[in-house]
Amino acid sequence: MNIKDQVIAIIAEQAVLEPADVTLDSTLDDLGIDSLGLVESIFSIEEAFDITIPFNANAPSESDFDISSVAAIIAGIERLISEKG
Amino acid sequence: MKRVVITGAGTINALGQNVPDTLEAMREGRCGIGPLEFRDVERLQIQIGGQVRGFEAEGLYNRQQMSLYDRFTQFTLAAANEAIAQSGLVFSGELAATSGVVLGTAGGGVSTWDDNYRAVYEEGKNRVHPFVVPKLMNNAAASHVSMDHNLKGPSFTVSTACASSNHAMAQAFMMVRSGMARAMVSGGSESMLCFGGVKAWEGLRVMSRDACRPFSANRNGMVQGEGAGIFVFEEYEHAKARGADILCEIVGFAMSSDASDIVMPSKNGAARAMSGALNDARIDRDMVGYINAHGTGTAANDKTECAAVADVFGPHADRLMISSTKSMHGHLIGGTGAVELLACIMALRDGVIAPTIGYEEPDPECALDVVPNEARDAKVTVALSNAFAFGGMNAVIALRKI
Repeated sequence: MNIKDQVIAIIAEQAVLEPADVTLDSTLDDLGIDSLGLVESIFSIEEAFDITIPFNANAPSESDFDISSVAAIIAGIERLISEKG
Repeated sequence: MKRVVITGAGTINALGQNVPDTLEAMREGRCGIGPLEFRDVERLQIQIGGQVRGFEAEGLYNRQQMSLYDRFTQFTLAAANEAIAQSGLVFSGELAATSGVVLGTAGGGVSTWDDNYRAVYEEGKNRVHPFVVPKLMNNAAASHVSMDHNLKGPSFTVSTACASSNHAMAQAFMMVRSGMARAMVSGGSESMLCFGGVKAWEGLRVMSRDACRPFSANRNGMVQGEGAGIFVFEEYEHAKARGADILCEIVGFAMSSDASDIVMPSKNGAARAMSGALNDARIDRDMVGYINAHGTGTAANDKTECAAVADVFGPHADRLMISSTKSMHGHLIGGTGAVELLACIMALRDGVIAPTIGYEEPDPECALDVVPNEARDAKVTVALSNAFAFGGMNAVIALRKI
């Protein structure tokens, strides 16, 4: 499974949806993922890819990690994985 | 119903290892938060905290005691000695039989769990010290206080996360007010500043990496502290008859449960606890001059708490002062309400309002007088101390100048 499909699978599991129902332009709100669900998703993603995502629940919009859509999340993860080398 | 007063106070926290040093630090707006020092700290993303430094437990307690005292118990005993010495009470006979100790802690012996899990899991040992259980149990601190001071009345430990101390002090207050006990030792302590303790908090993504800035628009989370606050609550006539130095009166309290979310605070639950405490004390809300806020420095708490204050106090919300001393000593979790009660006592007794330090940018959602950065002289007759815990369990105590 590529990065995109893996991330979608994690988000789908959190949202209790089928992966096919998670589209790239979905927002977390659309998917019904609240702040606790978001923190859990980030944990799952970090574990899956062995990366550290700079995310602070106090200031989600100011964290150096874009969570505005599924596509943005995937792009951020791809960047972190490439930086890890 | 009996009147209840405080006749002794003791503490140890990042600002000081007794009450006078702590109050001086609060008056000066000193920050006790700094780099954490303990094993494996480099593996943490959160590396700051309000750690107690230079506390030489080995000099205070003998080898046998050290094998039974987790750090949270060590803090408790030091603070209890200070409080009970100040009260001048000696517990014997009938007084001892009815006086007890009710304390709050969220985690109990966290570093004892941490050290011993490390020994069996990481180091592969198959044997632990025989006193691990009596050392880590949440009531260990209360038990040792009872043994050291001959307190034979109702004694137990309360655990409601960040409201533990306030819930504990509410129990002790009720016991003295009802006539069940003539005096009670109460307060709380916490010591979670070890690798496992901070790692667990880190996971929640609500911790700041640089500072605790309650109510400031650029706040980015809480910072953990450690320590203890212990008080002697005494029936007023008993204290007066023996000529005790009375620090202030406890006039009411209330508890409420949000019954809504395991971590997100509720304005309604907080407001019900504050207005409940005022109703219990039969005090008009316009009398309240100071609120020691829960003020964790998280986005969610501070705006919710300010909205609750505005709801409860109406136009008077703009006239009262509200500050968060967590900006200086960090969040002592189960011990936090006890250390913060000291700021209320200072406001009532000394007329000095402890500041909210680290305040940099006004937040329209926290538009109250948060006493930014510098302490202020003010006459205050009634003060409230707020504690709102994870799990939605709230406890607010009302105090009056005497």
